Amino acid sequence: MSFFVGNQMTAGYGQGPDIISSCSIKVNRGEIVAILGPNGAGKSTAMKAMLGLLKLKSGSVILNGEDISKLSPQDRVKKGISFVPQTKNVFAELTVKENLEVGAFLREDNINNIIDEIYELFPILKEKSSQIVGQLSGGQRQQVALGRALMIKPSVLMLDEPTAGVSPIVMDELFQHILRVKKTNVGIIMVEQNAKQALSISDRGYVLVTGENKFEGSGVELLKDPEVRRSFLGG
Amino acid sequence: MEFLNALVLLLNYTIIPAVTYGSQLALGAIFVTLIYGVLRFANFATGDMMSFGTMFAVLLTYYFQSIGIGIGILPTALITLPFAIIAMIFYMLFIDKFVFKYYRVSKSAPVQLAMVSVGVMFVTQAIIRIIIGPFDRRFMDGEKFILKASEFKEMTGLNEGLTIKSTQAITVVVTIVLVSILFWFLNKTKTGTSMRAYSDNEDLALLSGIDPKKIVMLTWIIAGCLATIGGVLYGLDKSYKPFVYFNNMLPIFAAAIVGGIGNPFGAFLGGYVIAFAEIFVTYAYKKFFTYLLPEFLEPDSLVQLLSTDYKFAVSFSILVIVLLFRPSGIFEGKKI
Amino acid sequence: MRNYLNIITAYSIMLFLIIIVGIFQSWSIALSILNYCLISAVMTMGANIQWGYAGLINFGIMGYTALGGLAVVLVSVAPVPEAWSAGGANMLISLFLIIALVFSIRLILKKYKNNKYKNYLIALTIILGIILIRIIASHGIEAIEAVNPAKTGFLGGLGMPVLFSWIVGALFAAGLAFVIGKIALGLRADYLAIATLLIAEIVVSIIKHEDWLARGVKNVIGLKRPVPYEINLQTSPWFINLIEKLNQGKLNLVSSFAEKKDLLNQLVIDASSVYVKLCMTGLFLTVVIILLIITQKALYSPWGRKMRAIRDNETAAGAMGKNVVKEHLLIFILGSAIVGLAGAMMVTNDGLFTPGSYRPMRYTFVIWVMVIVGGTGNNFGAILGGFVVWFLWVEAAPIALFLINFFTAHLDETNAIKAHLVESAPYFRFLMIGVGLLVIMRYRPKGLIPEKINIK
Repeated sequence: MSFFVGNQMTAGYGQGPDIISSCSIKVNRGEIVAILGPNGAGKSTAMKAMLGLLKLKSGSVILNGEDISKLSPQDRVKKGISFVPQTKNVFAELTVKENLEVGAFLREDNINNIIDEIYELFPILKEKSSQIVGQLSGGQRQQVALGRALMIKPSVLMLDEPTAGVSPIVMDELFQHILRVKKTNVGIIMVEQNAKQALSISDRGYVLVTGENKFEGSGVELLKDPEVRRSFLGG
Repeated sequence: MEFLNALVLLLNYTIIPAVTYGSQLALGAIFVTLIYGVLRFANFATGDMMSFGTMFAVLLTYYFQSIGIGIGILPTALITLPFAIIAMIFYMLFIDKFVFKYYRVSKSAPVQLAMVSVGVMFVTQAIIRIIIGPFDRRFMDGEKFILKASEFKEMTGLNEGLTIKSTQAITVVVTIVLVSILFWFLNKTKTGTSMRAYSDNEDLALLSGIDPKKIVMLTWIIAGCLATIGGVLYGLDKSYKPFVYFNNMLPIFAAAIVGGIGNPFGAFLGGYVIAFAEIFVTYAYKKFFTYLLPEFLEPDSLVQLLSTDYKFAVSFSILVIVLLFRPSGIFEGKKI
Repeated sequence: MRNYLNIITAYSIMLFLIIIVGIFQSWSIALSILNYCLISAVMTMGANIQWGYAGLINFGIMGYTALGGLAVVLVSVAPVPEAWSAGGANMLISLFLIIALVFSIRLILKKYKNNKYKNYLIALTIILGIILIRIIASHGIEAIEAVNPAKTGFLGGLGMPVLFSWIVGALFAAGLAFVIGKIALGLRADYLAIATLLIAEIVVSIIKHEDWLARGVKNVIGLKRPVPYEINLQTSPWFINLIEKLNQGKLNLVSSFAEKKDLLNQLVIDASSVYVKLCMTGLFLTVVIILLIITQKALYSPWGRKMRAIRDNETAAGAMGKNVVKEHLLIFILGSAIVGLAGAMMVTNDGLFTPGSYRPMRYTFVIWVMVIVGGTGNNFGAILGGFVVWFLWVEAAPIALFLINFFTAHLDETNAIKAHLVESAPYFRFLMIGVGLLVIMRYRPKGLIPEKINIK
C-alpha cells in the first residue's frame, strides 16, 4: 500500500460526462510521480479529484491508510497534501514573506524556522523577501509558489504543470528545485507537458488517455517503451 | 509680509478646506475600494450607506441632547458614533445575508452584483427618508472654532485671518487615527494579511485555509466603521441631507478609481487628489495675486479657472483623464 | 404561442390598470401616466439595446435625456436677436475655436505619435485653448445673459417645428455617445457604469450652469407643441359641438339653460385636456411602434445575431473576425440616440425644460430598474418594464397611503407614528421599486418577459 493513493477514481464536472474513469494514481514519500498524456486526457482532473476540488462518483482517496474521500480540500490540506495550481498560484499583491506566511495559516506553531528552511531551499526568496511577488520574474514566482505550498510541511505535494510558460533554462532550474524538495521526504505528483524532461527526473510515471490509465512504469521504462515514445514523446 | 498674507489666504480658503474634504472623501473611497477588492463589485449604495449610519448618529445626538448628555466642547455626535457604527454594521450584515450572499455564493458576474447594489440603494434611501425625512439637518454642537480669524489677526498682525473650525480639526485627527489603525491592521496582522490575500487570489486563499465567511463579515464590519465615521464627519462639517450624501457617491467613486480601485492606500490618496483638484481649480485667485504681484500687474478678473458650479465636473474630468491614460489608477490598483 | 399569450396577458393587465386609474382618479391622470409610460418605454428600449443586445452598462441615461431636452429648446424656441447681436459673434468664434482645438489635438496625435512629450504638448494646447476660449466667451456670455434676464437671457433656438427637435435630440445624444464610447468602451463593465454615471453628471451640470445656452436652472417654459393647445380647443366651435354631441344624454338631464351652459363649459375644459393628451399619446405610440418594428427586425437580422454572439462570448466573436470594438461603439451610439429621442419627447410633452430636475435617481436608475424588471434583451419586455415601473413609481404614493391607513386604522388620527408614516408616504415609492428590483433579480433574473430567440 502506497502512502497516498487515488483508487479507481471516476469523476466529472457537475452533471457533465465523466472526465476520468477508474483512474488510479499512487505515490510514496520521497518519490516523484509524473502524470502524462495528451490534451484532454484528464491529467489535471485526476489531480484535482485527489485534492477534493471535485466530487468522486466512485472510487476513493486514501492517505496513509486513512480514507479521506469525504474531506473538503481545506481539510485535506490540513492533513498534509499541498497543491500548486497551474495559474494564479501566488498572491501577486503580497510580498514574498507574506506569501509564505499565508501558506502556513493552517499551522498553529511557530513558523519562523519553517520560513528559514524555505529560504535555505530557495535562497533567492530570502533576498527578495520584502518584494511584491507581482514584480518578480516567472521562474522566481514559481519558486514562491513552491515555497508557499511547502509551508505546511506537506507529506505530498501536487504540482499542476509547474513549468508551463517558463523558458527552458528556468525549467531545468525548477526541476532541480523539485528534486531538492523530494530529498526532504515529500511525495510529489506532477502533471507535465514536457514529458521527456519530466520523466527524466521522475521515479514513476502514468500515461492517461481519455481518463483511463494506459501505461505506467518507472521513468526509464516509459522513456524506452516504443509505443509511449511514438504516441507521446514524438519518436 | 505680503507674501505671508498670500500664504495665509491660500491656507485658509484652499488648503485647510481641501484637507478636510479630502479626508471625508478618503474614508468613503477606502470603503468603496474594500468592497470592490474583497467582495468584487462596485457598490452603488455607497452614498446611502454612509447616509444610513449618519442618520443614527443624528437621531442619537438629538436624543442625547434631550436628556442632557454631552461632552463639553466636543460635539455630542462623537459619543454616539459607537452606537451608530454598531447599528450600521447590523444593517450591512443583514443586507449581506439576505441580498448579496446569494449572488456571491452562486458566483454571479460583478455587473449583476452592481445592479443588486442599485436595488439596495433604493431600499436604503427609502428607509432613510421614511425614518428621518429628506430635510437638511445640523447636529453639530460644542465649540465651533479652534482659531478665529480675528484672534489670528491679533496674534500675528497680518491682514488675512486664519480660521480653523473644530470640525476640520476633528475630521483630520479622526481620519489620521482611523486610517493608521486600518493600515496597521491590513499590513501587520494575520487577519489583515488574510484579507488582502483573499482579495488578491480567492481560490488560493481558500486552499490556504482562509475562511471566506470570516473575511466577508470582517469586510462589512470595517466598511461599516468607515461609512459611518466618514458620513458623520462630513455631516458635522457641513450638514446632514440624504440627497447630498447620495450625490457624494460620485466624487467618492472618482477618488477610488483615481487611486487605483482595490488599493486602499491609493483610495486614501485619491480622496485628497480629488479634493485638492476641486478646490484649487474653482478658487478665485484674484486676492492672492493682488498680494504677490506689483500694483500695475494686478489682475482685474477673478482669476478663476472654472466657476464653483463645476466643482463636481472637475473631479469627474480628472477621472476621465485617468481612465484614458492610466486605467489602473495613479497608484496601481486592480487590472480593468 | 404560449410565449405570445404571456405578452398579451401582461399588456392587457397593464392597460386594465390604467383604465382603472381613469375611472377612479381621472382620465386626464390616466393619460398622463400612459404618456409617461410610453416615454419610459422608449428610454428603456434604448437602454435595453445596449444592455440586452450587447451587455454594455450605460449609467449615463440622465445625460442623454437632458441633451434630448436641450435639443427641443435649441430647435423650437424662437431666436433672440438682441442676444445674438450682443454676444453671438463671440460665441460663434468660441465654437470655431473649440473645433479648431479638437482638430489640432488630432493633428498632434497623428504627427507626433511616438514623441514622448506628446501628452505634455496636448495638455499645453488644451490649457492655452481653454484660456483663450474663456476670455472670448466670457464677454459674450455676460452680454447675452444681460439681455432681458427675466425672460430670455439666452441665445434662443432656431424657431423650427418642435417635431424636428426629436431627431436633433437623437443626434445630440448620438454625438455624445460617440465621444464617451471612444473614451470609455474599453473599460470593464462596472467601470463603464461608473464612468458613464459621472460623465452624465458633467453634461447636466454644463446645461444647468451655462445660462446663455438654455437659461440654466431658470428653466425655459412655454415650449411649442406638435398638438393643439387647450385654450384654442375650448374656443373652437367644432370641438364644442363634438363634446355637446358626445354628452347629449348628460346635458339633457339639466333643465335650466344657464346650468346647461356651465356644465358644457366644464365638460369642454375637461375634454380639451384629455384630447391634447390623446394627441400626444398617438404621437408617442407611433414612435414606440416604429422603434419596436425596427428593433425587432434588427434583433432577428444577421446583424442582431452577430450582436448576440458578441454579447455572449466576446473573445470567440472577436476570434471569428467580428470587430467587437466597432460594433460596441455602434450599439452604444444607437441606444443613446433612442434615449435622446425619449428626452426630447418628454420635454415636448411637459412643454418646459427644467435642467434642475435631472437627477440620476429618476433618470438613470429608475430606467435601469425598468430594463431589468421587463426582461433584458427582449423589446416587448423592455416596453412592459417601462409601463409597470412607471405605473408603480406614480401610483406608489397613493397605494402606500391606502396601506398605511388600512393597517393603522385602529390608531388615533393624532398618533405620532401614524402621522409620521402618512407624511412619508411619497418615499415608499423608493422602497417598492427597490424591493421589486431585488425580488425580480433574485427570483426571475431574466425579467417578466425573458429573452427568447426562435431560430427558424
